[in-house]
Amino acid sequence: MTAQSISASARNKGGAVGSTFWSRAWENHAPGYLFLLPWFIGFFGLTIGPIITSLYLSFTHFDLLTAPRWAGLDNYIRMFTNDRNFVASMRVTMFFVIFSVPLKLAFALGVALLLNRGMRGLPLYRALFYLPSLLGASVAIAILWRQIFAGDGLVNQFLALFGIVGPSWISNPNYSLWTLIVLSIWQFGSPMIIFLAGLRSIPQDMYEAASLEGASKWRVFWKITLPMLTPVVFFNAIIQTIEGFKSFTPAFIISGGTGSPINSTLFYTLYLYNEAFSFFRMGYASALAWVLLAIVAVFTAFSFFTSKFWVHYDD
Amino acid sequence: MTTDVQRLTVVTEDDASRRLRRRVFSVVAHLLLIGASILMLYPLLWLLASSFRPENEIFTSGISVMPSASWDLDSYPRGWNGLQVGFGTFFSNSFIISILSVIGNVAACSLAAFAFARLEFRGRKFWFAMMLMTLMLPYQVTLIPQYVLFLNLGWVNTFLPLIVPKFLAADAFFIFLMVQFFRGIPKELDEAARMDGAGPWRIYWKIMLPLSTPVLATAAIFTFIWTWDDFFGPLIYLSELRDYTVMLGLRTFTDSTGQSDYGGLFAMSVLSLVPIFVFFLFFQRLLIEGIATTGMKR
Repeated sequence: MTAQSISASARNKGGAVGSTFWSRAWENHAPGYLFLLPWFIGFFGLTIGPIITSLYLSFTHFDLLTAPRWAGLDNYIRMFTNDRNFVASMRVTMFFVIFSVPLKLAFALGVALLLNRGMRGLPLYRALFYLPSLLGASVAIAILWRQIFAGDGLVNQFLALFGIVGPSWISNPNYSLWTLIVLSIWQFGSPMIIFLAGLRSIPQDMYEAASLEGASKWRVFWKITLPMLTPVVFFNAIIQTIEGFKSFTPAFIISGGTGSPINSTLFYTLYLYNEAFSFFRMGYASALAWVLLAIVAVFTAFSFFTSKFWVHYDD
Repeated sequence: MTTDVQRLTVVTEDDASRRLRRRVFSVVAHLLLIGASILMLYPLLWLLASSFRPENEIFTSGISVMPSASWDLDSYPRGWNGLQVGFGTFFSNSFIISILSVIGNVAACSLAAFAFARLEFRGRKFWFAMMLMTLMLPYQVTLIPQYVLFLNLGWVNTFLPLIVPKFLAADAFFIFLMVQFFRGIPKELDEAARMDGAGPWRIYWKIMLPLSTPVLATAAIFTFIWTWDDFFGPLIYLSELRDYTVMLGLRTFTDSTGQSDYGGLFAMSVLSLVPIFVFFLFFQRLLIEGIATTGMKR
């Protein structure tokens, strides 16, 4: 009798006693936990532990060199009543998210719809449109962007062909944030790929039925394509919004780490970074992080709640 | 009889006009797409062209992306040695961090994913839900305590804070990616192996991993690219010039040379994109499939 069949017969008897119980429990559950061991160490050591610690730190003044001093609600009170940079950074980030996410998704969906009509050369177009998404997070691209939108940059050289004298886009507070929004839209490739996959999974017979009934293309789009695609739209919107809230590198590079001019590119993450690592106000920065977490959580919960009313699910 | 013929000609005319309309649409659509492709890629081409121009021509060449008559490679050695520490060091630092991150991420995430996808144990659903929750978590929330932890461990100004978390499967996204793939592998295979007396480790090592090369490759490539591109982590943890990654080197270049050496800056920017571009050239199908099936953010 092999060990395997012994344990199998023990299992058949049900509720074994004493050592068999423990050995059976070990045999059944230990491998799972052993395989998860690295993740568990990371989960508790690098995620749960730090989350709790940062909640605590958000109620303290902490400069990294001396022990944290309890501050009660001071950080939060200051944030909401007496911090113009907080307000500015919140406004910049919201503006960025509200304009960049819908525009990016609109481009992604538009191009995906065009490509989905059985265009020849689809793989080539798809790859070309995807390339900026893949490269876009790099510091090199942020540097390139700074040159493109500089006073003597590519954009203004182009405008000069038509006799237009463009402003220095990145050093003008009216336009600087828009250059970052354009950078974000430029990277519409990955949501586009997700839209393409979604479009392809719409059952073809629905379209056939519609064309038999003589429905116009416009009607087909509004009555079939878009409703069937809402889960993908929803997914893309959530992912891109969270990414938008977390965006850091382009604003840091383009503004030289300051959020200039006049705080017009002071992203929330940039403000948090400066509070923590330039001014060593770690307690205040922790409070900022918790407010960010609250915003992301509320936004996500709100989206899931409203999704009931506009996202189409099969079942 | 005549009416039949008439109807026939009407039908063919209708057909022909439809075909013509489709033709016209197709041409217009291609023109639109080609225009959009050029517009999208133009900045990249301009960057490439500028890196081959002599310094004084970069901003006098207008919007041209044609190489100038005086094809000029000087920017590359000038940029390479533009800082006190050469870019060779930055590149080797970036490669070391990225490659170790790939190894750690693939190993740790595949172990965890195997447990979630295939092993029965108490609390599996709970831990899986916890893992999914961490996907949504903004990294800023754990940032400062992690920094304090690594500072106390004496790891600041080493590569460890950038590498060790990868060995602890800190990037839960890849666990999710692999769980999805593992679930698609027929269960009969591991059941048969179990009948033959194979334990979980053998099933993981001899069955799961060999059958999962596409997802492992996808995870490896994305880990490499994201680590290579990472700016925030190195910015916080590395402050010695000789430890810098390529991204930090580029940023320092923009600061220290002020606004003077654009050629060198552009040349190094081009080089920093080369590894990513190489992955794009050789593995774009894998990358695109990875995004299409899991909805990756980039």
